[in-house]
Amino acid sequence: MATVEHSDGTLAAAPDDGMRRRDFINIAAVSFAGVGAVATLYPLINQMNPSADVLALASIEVDVSQIQPGQAIKTIFRKQPLFVRHLTPAEIQAANAVPTGDLRDPQTLAERTQPGKAEWLVTMGVCTHLGCVPLGAAEGENRGAYGGYFCPCHGSHYDTAGRIRKGPAPKNLEVPDYKFASDTVITVGEVA
Amino acid sequence: MSFPWAEPYQPKNGLTRWIDQRLPLPRLVYGAIGGGYPVPRNLNYFWNFGVLAGVALTIQIVTGIILAMHYVPYGGQAFQSVEHIMRDVNQGWLLRYAHANGASFFFIVTYIHIFRGLYYGSYKAPRELVWMLGLVILLLMMATAFMGYVLPWGQMSFWGAKVITGLFGAIPFVGEPVQQWLLGGFAPDQPTLNRFFSLHYLLPFVIAGVIVLHIWALHIPGSGNPTGVDVKSAQDTVPFHPYYTAKDGFGLGVFLILFALVTFFAPNYLGHADNYIPANPLSTPAHIVPEWYFWPFYAILRAFTVDFILPAKLWGVIAMFAAILLLFFLPWIDRSPVRSGNYRPRFRQFFWILMLDLLVLGYVGGKPAEEPFVMISQLATIYYFAHFLIILPIVSAVERTLPLPNSISESVLHGEDKEAAPADLGGMRPAAAE
Amino acid sequence: MVRLIAFLVGLGFVVVAGWSLGNGVYAFATQPREESVEHQFHLQPEHASYSFDGPFGTYDRQQLQRGFQVYKEVCAACHGLSYVAFRNLEEIGYGEAEVKAIANQWQIEVPDIDPKTGEASTRKATPADHFPSPYPNEVAARAANNNALPPDLSLITKARHGGASYVHSLLLGYRDPATYRNKEGEPVPTEVRPGQGLHFNPYFANLNIAMPPPIQSDGQVTYADGTAATRDQMAKDVSAFLTWTAEPRLENRHRAGLATLIFLLFATVLSYLAYQNVWHSAKRKVRASGPLDPVNLAKSHEASREAGIQQ
Repeated sequence: MATVEHSDGTLAAAPDDGMRRRDFINIAAVSFAGVGAVATLYPLINQMNPSADVLALASIEVDVSQIQPGQAIKTIFRKQPLFVRHLTPAEIQAANAVPTGDLRDPQTLAERTQPGKAEWLVTMGVCTHLGCVPLGAAEGENRGAYGGYFCPCHGSHYDTAGRIRKGPAPKNLEVPDYKFASDTVITVGEVA
Repeated sequence: MSFPWAEPYQPKNGLTRWIDQRLPLPRLVYGAIGGGYPVPRNLNYFWNFGVLAGVALTIQIVTGIILAMHYVPYGGQAFQSVEHIMRDVNQGWLLRYAHANGASFFFIVTYIHIFRGLYYGSYKAPRELVWMLGLVILLLMMATAFMGYVLPWGQMSFWGAKVITGLFGAIPFVGEPVQQWLLGGFAPDQPTLNRFFSLHYLLPFVIAGVIVLHIWALHIPGSGNPTGVDVKSAQDTVPFHPYYTAKDGFGLGVFLILFALVTFFAPNYLGHADNYIPANPLSTPAHIVPEWYFWPFYAILRAFTVDFILPAKLWGVIAMFAAILLLFFLPWIDRSPVRSGNYRPRFRQFFWILMLDLLVLGYVGGKPAEEPFVMISQLATIYYFAHFLIILPIVSAVERTLPLPNSISESVLHGEDKEAAPADLGGMRPAAAE
Repeated sequence: MVRLIAFLVGLGFVVVAGWSLGNGVYAFATQPREESVEHQFHLQPEHASYSFDGPFGTYDRQQLQRGFQVYKEVCAACHGLSYVAFRNLEEIGYGEAEVKAIANQWQIEVPDIDPKTGEASTRKATPADHFPSPYPNEVAARAANNNALPPDLSLITKARHGGASYVHSLLLGYRDPATYRNKEGEPVPTEVRPGQGLHFNPYFANLNIAMPPPIQSDGQVTYADGTAATRDQMAKDVSAFLTWTAEPRLENRHRAGLATLIFLLFATVLSYLAYQNVWHSAKRKVRASGPLDPVNLAKSHEASREAGIQQ
């Protein structure tokens, strides 16, 4: 804008308020252009966010009626593995027996399951260390030293509540938002 | 720079000075875009269109890069991915409509830019290369637009690709191999779509490169002006910034208003309904036409209906390409020493007939190949070639031109007190004053 | 030299094009022109007005829901809607649970793979699914429809000239070829009378359409909102619905367009003032300067004051 002032400089004899008004117009025009440019950026940036069809799959329904106690299934939620595990009473007991003070990421089993549904452990199958898929959901896989899940990448052991017990992972396996649509169907991706 | 009084780049603060001493990139850009560059003070609104074409290219490149993030160049999914953009991608409808109509607006401003050059003799010495580089840009634009139109893989995409690549089949001996080489097959299919996508992404950057040459070549002699008289002194010019940046800002506003009107309120007006039907190699649309910006050339292509030594189809193809290629020779065909049509009364009459002729060609190019449209297209084609190749050489030789003003300042002042003008130009530093 | 070559080349093109022109004119003059029968009998769609017309148009949700009902009960047996998903129905005013129920109860199931055997199977649709196609492929569609292919309707109003008006006219445009007369009062020639399995409809491009009249009588559909289901009402509602399926973002477009235009108008006026402002000093002796030029303003104020005093 310096040049503009320069070319206006010859009008020094003009009244002061006139000068200000003229500067104001130039500044306003440039500001408007700036606002327009910023507004234009919004669609250009927002288009990279998840599209409507992707968001439509942000919640899924899982039928858990076929999972026997002690079994787990691996399914896909938001393009990532999801573990649904039917705990046996012994596993629930083992999980409850651990004093939370000893845990790296202190949480009780009750905090990680739905009220009255402590036998259903629903977690993401994503190790909180570097994102590998832990073993233990399928029949015959290594469940680690604590009977839960075991991540083969760097040796993280999770217990029957999906809590980190040994190895490099900093957090427990993430529990996604989910609710029981009925006794046998859970809706993952929606808050209970 | 050929102007002794062009303002050199002057870093304004410590940081820019520091950068300028280590990497004079801002200086290079400043010189290349003509900041501080003296421009004739009498340019009219027709001189806005070069900048607008640059803006249109920018819009196309930005929206195009974004569309490529969502588009799939696969025969079975291309059409579907476009609908995905229109329905599910956030503001995808806006980006796609802006890109589709942006192509039309790019051609509108480019054509006006070219017509301005034709009227004011911008192709004449010493700006022949500016003109020829501009024609190279036009050809690249046409190739890019054609391939881009194929990408949605609708009916008109498919059949347009088939018809246009079929033109190469008219070339004797090598025609068929060339056609198959272009398509990567015997008809437009997956290989065609994939390579067109790749080239459609590449060519705009080639265009941007040629634009740099176009502007570079322009900055050697400097901009022309409505009088066609050369710049003679500092009084004839004003610095590009802020004078023409301010004027281009206003022009840009008007351009964007028109662009927004079409993009938001009539986004399919310039398109074809048939392109919302997925490509079907077994069913031809009743009426295959290219996009409107190709209509004049399509009319010339179809004007040749009877074999005459060579097959009619080959004549059409030759004439269509000749219609653009002959413009490369324009600087040597029109030898009138007077540039501007304002001072060439006879030339001016023929220029307006040419404009009318192009409108007629455009109109019949969009119509089905039926009478009377074919006869009209033949008449208009005859005038098109006669104008450039027969009338212009004769007119430039026999025409009596009007007296030119002595200088740009004189034409601007219209006889007012000459002392009045230059005193105000604070930004100007006449060479003599140095 | 260049000009001589140009002159000769130009003459060449003129002669060749002229030869084509001469032949064309001769043929035009000597051969009688026959207008095709399609040309004589084909009708342009009658313009129907809708709530989404014009720059401020919006969809009428009730109408779209009625149109969806017509699509579901009349069209869906043969015509797909493959670019539309059930979840999109929320945009026309259905609740989440309603959409779920519509998807779950949709008459056609979604192709799937049996998780145990790996064989092709079908399952109930979910809101995330697109409308399943009524036929597994084009061959099956043709086989079921006397070798005619019922087009997918998602984009039909954008893929036909006339859009919603065309669909509206076509649905109601069936005529009896034996008694039909065009504007000139001519009867339909026998060679364009519909053959086996075809139906005469002057709004259809070649006059004979394979689709039997879908909208037969008033009350064919019982509207949930109690609107009287006349034939015209049903045709209009379903063509409005199909406009929505083709252009679901129309309302966003109109809203965003209005905001953009208002902004651009302000910005352009400002940029004009700034342009006049910047050029004021360069050209003030030459051309009228900007409307806000203080010197001019002062002068005109003074002039009007003087004029006022004198009066």
